[in-house]
Amino acid sequence: MVGPLETALRARRDAGGKCLVPYLTGGLGEWVTHVQAAAAAGADAVEVGIPFSDPVMDGPVIQEASELALRAGANPPDLIDELGRTEVGVPTAVMTYANLVDRAGWTRFASSLAAAGVAGAILPDIPLEETGPWCEAADGAGVETVLLAAPTAPDERLERIVARSRGFVYAVGLLGVTGERSTLADSAVVIARRLKEVTDLPVLVGVGISTPEQAVEVCGVADGVVVGSAVVRRVLSAGAGAAAAEVVADLVGSFRSALDAG
Amino acid sequence: MAAAGQVMGEPDTTGRFGEYGGRFVPETLVPALAELDRGFRSAWADPEFRGELDSLLADYAGRPSPLTECHRLSAELGVRVLFKREDLNHTGSHKINNVLGQALLARRMGKSRLVAETGAGQHGVATATAAALLGMECLVYMGEVDMARQELNVFRMRLLGAEVTPATSGSRTLKDAVNEAMRDWVASVEHSHYCLGSVMGPHPYPWMVREFHRVIGSEAAVQCRDLLGGPPDVVVACVGGGSNAAGIFSGFAEDPAVELVGVEPAGGAAVGRGVPGIVHGMRSYLMQDEFGQVLEAHSISAGLDYPGVGPEHSHLASTGRATYHQVDDSEVVDAFVLTSRTEGIIPALEPAHALAWVVRERAALAGRTVLVNMSGRGDKDVAQMMDVLADRI
Repeated sequence: MVGPLETALRARRDAGGKCLVPYLTGGLGEWVTHVQAAAAAGADAVEVGIPFSDPVMDGPVIQEASELALRAGANPPDLIDELGRTEVGVPTAVMTYANLVDRAGWTRFASSLAAAGVAGAILPDIPLEETGPWCEAADGAGVETVLLAAPTAPDERLERIVARSRGFVYAVGLLGVTGERSTLADSAVVIARRLKEVTDLPVLVGVGISTPEQAVEVCGVADGVVVGSAVVRRVLSAGAGAAAAEVVADLVGSFRSALDAG
Repeated sequence: MAAAGQVMGEPDTTGRFGEYGGRFVPETLVPALAELDRGFRSAWADPEFRGELDSLLADYAGRPSPLTECHRLSAELGVRVLFKREDLNHTGSHKINNVLGQALLARRMGKSRLVAETGAGQHGVATATAAALLGMECLVYMGEVDMARQELNVFRMRLLGAEVTPATSGSRTLKDAVNEAMRDWVASVEHSHYCLGSVMGPHPYPWMVREFHRVIGSEAAVQCRDLLGGPPDVVVACVGGGSNAAGIFSGFAEDPAVELVGVEPAGGAAVGRGVPGIVHGMRSYLMQDEFGQVLEAHSISAGLDYPGVGPEHSHLASTGRATYHQVDDSEVVDAFVLTSRTEGIIPALEPAHALAWVVRERAALAGRTVLVNMSGRGDKDVAQMMDVLADRI
C-alpha cells in the first residue's frame, strides 16, 4: 500500500519535477507558521523534528534549535497534537530519535502519529537491523517509515534498505552529521546514483544540501532533496517568531524555483 | 573468550545481553560496527594479537596488578577487605587495559586516528597515552564543565600529544562528550577508530570492552585462590558506565556463591533510578524524564557522571545475578578519607563509591571477605578534595 508521502513525491516526479522536503524543528518559536510557510512556498512534504536531548545525527544548528525548543517546554505528545490541528496542505513526516518513541511505546507513538494525520517517520538512530518493532507498529498504524541509506553501505545493504523503506529513501549525502557545507560532496551524487539503480522509490538526498545550486546539481541524479540546517539556521537568525515564516518562505521558494528551472 | 551459556559470555547475534544492548546508531556507522565486530573476533582469536597485548599489559602498564589485603581497614570495619589494585596501573586506573586493546585493534584494522570521549579524564589520558605509544593521532572530546573540573588531565592529554575538544552542548559533561565523539566518528569513520571508554555504546563495544577488562577478574580470581583458598564472599565495584565492574565481575560471575555488587552515585543511578531506554547506541537503564529526554547526572565524581549504564549491567540487574546500590557524595568523601588514613591508599572518587558501600554495610558484611576493585588512584581528585575537605584537614 502506498501512503500519502510516497504518493505526493511520486506525483511530483511523474510530472517531471524534483521533490523538495524542508526540515523544521518542532517547538521552536512559532514553528507551526514555519511549517505552513514551507508548504505554501512549494514543499512537496515537510519534515518536522521532535527535539531530543541527545541528537547524535545532528550538527550544531539543529542541536541549537533542539535545545531552544526543549528549554521552551517542547514535548512529543503536544507537538504531535499541534501538528494534527494544523492545516499544512502537504504530507508531513516527523524526524526524531528512538528513545522518545520507546518511552511513549512503539505502538502508542505510531498510533498518535496516524491520529494526527502525520504521514511518515524518520528515526535516524534506528538502523535496518533494529527496525523490527518500530516498523511493525508503524505499518500497523499506516505510518510510512523512511529509512536512511549512507555512503558506507555496501550494495547488498542498500537493496535491503530500499526494500524496507516507505515514502522515500533518504540518501545521506556525505559522511557526517546534519549541517551546511560550502560545496556539494561527491558522495551525494554517488549515493543517489547507487540508490536509483536499485529502487523505484523516490530517492531524496539530505545532509549537506545547503543551496538551491547544490540541490539542482544533485538532482541531476536524485529525485529530490531534504533541506534542514540551511532552513533552521535562518529561522534561528530571524528570531524563530512568526516573522521567521517569511524567511522560510523565501528560502523554500528559492529552492522550488531553482529545481523547477532545472 | 567467553563461551555461550556463561553468565558473562557473548551477547546474542543482535548484540544483546537478555533484552539490553543492540545497535541503535546512525546508518553510516553500521558497516563500521560490523567491521569492528569481525576485527575484534579475529584479533581475540589470534595468539599473536593476544601475545602483543599481554606484553604491553605486563611491560608497559605494569600488570598483573597486586591484590592487597587491607589489615587496618579490615580491623576498623570488622570486614575482611581486599583491594584489586588497578590504581597501580600505568596512567592510574583500569582504563589502560581497554585502551591498549582497542589501540592495537585499531592499528590492526588500518585506522590511524583514535577518537575518544572522557569524563574525569582518565579514559582520555589512557587513550592519549596509547596513541603516543603507537604513534597514532588522537582527539578527545570532553564536556566543557569537566574540562574546568579536571584541568590537570586536560593538560596531561595535551602533553601526550592529543587534541582535546570541549563538548559545549547539553549538560556539557560526559554524555555530551559521547555525543560529540559519535558525531565525529560518523564523519571520520573511514580512517578513525572510536575508542569508547566503557562497557556501553552499540554492539560490539559493551562486549569487547568487557573482554579487554576481563584480565582484572581473571587475575583477581587466581590471587584470591592463592590467598584465601577460594573466591571472596562479595565482589564490589563502582559503576558509571560500568567497565571496571564488568572486568572484575567477569572473574567471579560463573560462581553463584560469590555476591556481585555494583555501586552507583545517588545522582547518577541509572540502575537504581532509571528505566530502560535507548541512548548512545544501546538499550539499557537510563535516567530520563517522562517523555524520554535524558536527564543530567550529578556526582562528586566526574567519572561516574553518566545517566546511563552498560547493557550487561542492566541484564545482570534484571536477572538478579548482581545487585546495584547507591551512595551519596558525603558517604564517598568519608570513605575517601578513611581509606587514605587506614591504608595509605588515596583512592579515586570513583572506587571510593564502592568503599562507601562497604563502610555503610559493614554490620551486614561482618566476618565476610569483600574484594573491592580499587579502579583508580586519587591523585586527579586531590585538588577538588582540598576544597571539599577544607574544614576537616
